[in-house]
Amino acid sequence: MSEENVVLKIENLKKSFGDKEVLKGVSFEMKKGETKVIIGPSGTGKSTLLACINMLVVPNGGKIWLENEEVTSAKNLNKIRQEIGFVFQDFGLFSHLTALKNIMIGLTKVKKMEKEAARELAMAELKRVGLEKEASLYPAQLSGGQKQRVGIARALAMKPKIILFDEPTSALDPELIGEVLSVMKNLALSGMTMLVVTHEMGFARTVSDEIIFMENGYIVEQSSPEEMFKNPKNQRTKEFLFKLNELYGE
Amino acid sequence: MEKIWNIAVKYWPKLLEGLGVTMEMTLISVVAGFLIGIVLAIARVYGNKFFYGLSTVIIEIIRGTPLLVQLFILYYGLPPLGVNLSPFIAAIIGFAINSGCYQAEYLRGSIQSISGTQMKAARSLGMSKTEAIMQIIMPQALRRVIPAWTNEFIYLLKYTSLAYIVGAPELMAQAKFIASRNFQFFEVYLVVAVIYLVVVLLFTKIFSILEKKVEIPGLEWVR
Repeated sequence: MSEENVVLKIENLKKSFGDKEVLKGVSFEMKKGETKVIIGPSGTGKSTLLACINMLVVPNGGKIWLENEEVTSAKNLNKIRQEIGFVFQDFGLFSHLTALKNIMIGLTKVKKMEKEAARELAMAELKRVGLEKEASLYPAQLSGGQKQRVGIARALAMKPKIILFDEPTSALDPELIGEVLSVMKNLALSGMTMLVVTHEMGFARTVSDEIIFMENGYIVEQSSPEEMFKNPKNQRTKEFLFKLNELYGE
Repeated sequence: MEKIWNIAVKYWPKLLEGLGVTMEMTLISVVAGFLIGIVLAIARVYGNKFFYGLSTVIIEIIRGTPLLVQLFILYYGLPPLGVNLSPFIAAIIGFAINSGCYQAEYLRGSIQSISGTQMKAARSLGMSKTEAIMQIIMPQALRRVIPAWTNEFIYLLKYTSLAYIVGAPELMAQAKFIASRNFQFFEVYLVVAVIYLVVVLLFTKIFSILEKKVEIPGLEWVR
């Protein structure tokens, strides 16, 4: 594949909080349409990595490019952030706005779209995640799975170049995880570029193009799902996958 | 009982005049205090070190000193420096600043009670910090602050009675004037107490209606 197809490139990314070095030099890249899954024990910098990509957390070192634009030195961060979708573990829906308005506000206030056009687009995105009937409900009136699907629709409506998912199903009741994963799977199939931090091994196995195993601020191993599950090279990867398997029993 | 009623009827115009001044002072200073409070609260939550520090110092000084002392400084303390304020203006400035600092603290608590993920989500959509505060945080924080704010309004309404000490012709000042002429202290102050009570209850009701009106659907059970 040519260089033009690279949507996201990360080079030697470092981040410390005080004395604690959370990211110790992480590098990888993502091509258009790829889905990559990041796995690893908690506290190994996965969420920090995602937050660094759209500069919600400012890294201490290394570089990030979104297509041809260097994010880490950009002056127009608010512009760049519009192009990076973010889906949060605890949804981050705006409590005082309906599902529809949650999606519209980014379009009208940030992209300065006309209200009617924004409403139409927001409605279309709600339909895409199967929630057109819930358009006029407020977040507190939605189930966890519905909230997260609104969160995804909100990210989608901005027409981002990539969407980052930070443990999108970790706060959900088990019976609600499926509806969110299926929306994500359809997204991946439709060609969206997605970087997903998750412990859902089923999703990782069937949807992702590559799995990245992170531990202690490093990428320990990255390979295709088949490679990773059948033949992990690193001892730590083996142990981690074994533990996950014990927990969730595939 | 009849005596009290007679007092109320006889001095009604005077009392009404005083109540007018009281309400005027209350409304002006609560609104001005609200604006001061928003600025101070935002500085405390989102400001850099300088604005955080400045806001904190102002709030602590105002909250840490008696309102009456603040009024005396404004009314008696400033003229030697060439600033002459009428009792009414001095009282309003004092009340607005004092109330602003209390309102700032209520509002700060209310802002901080809104989940941080909403701020992150707003920023990740490309909103500036100011936009996120105005579009996302404030609409929710202002709703949540209504109960505490009702409290502050009631306090302020009653504390305006301190203004009679610097000579503002509000309800308490009228009462003192009337009572000192007819020596019916008990009756006059009782009438005044009832007037304060009725006004307070009226506004409590208004704010509770407002609170229900702007309630976010789905969150009713939280109460």
